[in-house]
Amino acid sequence: MWTYIKMLEYPVDIKTTNAALAMAIMSQLGGPDGEKGAATRYLSQRYAMPDRRVVGVLTDIGTEELGHEEMVSTIITQLTKNLTMDEIEKSGFYQYYVDHTIGIYPQSAGGTPFSAATLQSTGDPIADLHEDLAAEQKARLTYDNILRLCKDEPDVYDAIKFLRAREMVHYQRFGESLRIMQDNLDSKNFYAFNSAFDKGSTCS
Amino acid sequence: MYSVERGAEMENMCREDLMNLIQSTNFTVIEISMYLDTHPECPCGLSAYEEYSRMLRRAVDIYERKFGPLTIYNVENDGSWDWVQSPWPWQKGCDC
Repeated sequence: MWTYIKMLEYPVDIKTTNAALAMAIMSQLGGPDGEKGAATRYLSQRYAMPDRRVVGVLTDIGTEELGHEEMVSTIITQLTKNLTMDEIEKSGFYQYYVDHTIGIYPQSAGGTPFSAATLQSTGDPIADLHEDLAAEQKARLTYDNILRLCKDEPDVYDAIKFLRAREMVHYQRFGESLRIMQDNLDSKNFYAFNSAFDKGSTCS
Repeated sequence: MYSVERGAEMENMCREDLMNLIQSTNFTVIEISMYLDTHPECPCGLSAYEEYSRMLRRAVDIYERKFGPLTIYNVENDGSWDWVQSPWPWQKGCDC
């Protein structure tokens, strides 16, 4: 069960529109390493995770990612508010505008719609946690790429910097989660079995 | 660092300042909770959780009483549904 809190996790207050930047940042909503994929990945993986502490990490990080979807959507909304038709035509934003006007649709910067094909939930704790560590690094580097594009937009830069920092913390927590899982496995061969499925695992 | 004794100060904050305090305190609680997930026995983490979650509850109580609900569980209605009266967080001109 979830409860909505009527506030952003971190303030977003963008005063100037920038349609081209909105197109780029959109990838962190519905792109291959975006927040919607992150939330879907972690909240789906929880059910096969045998350790309660690691389920806690997946639940709490997955929930925070839902808040990040809202932050990224807010950034895009404020960057595209009151755009003129001239700005829409000249910025390249017209390719998005023709299907979605200035509504929020989860897609990559290149226009590919959000797809669960960009993520996995394998039912194997070790495989899933390695995927999660990689996902946090991919999201972090995507935010780094966005930061290089918004150096002259301090309001955007500030919010993106916050989101980037969260990827680092999540990476740390997933690293600890992997260690917790491995501590409960056969130290001579961590990867001998699926600890959520095969009999003989001390975790299951 | 804020302390619990700042309740009186919270009462006098404008909407924007109190919302900023709630956002930063809420963030601190999120961060500590995530740390405690993998360090459930850490005494420093546990005492920080106590301090900040208490401060957050106090700030949210004051905010909701003065400026409107943050969740559907604390809506005080005066003849109409107050949940939809204040701006949503992405709307410009919103203090939150």
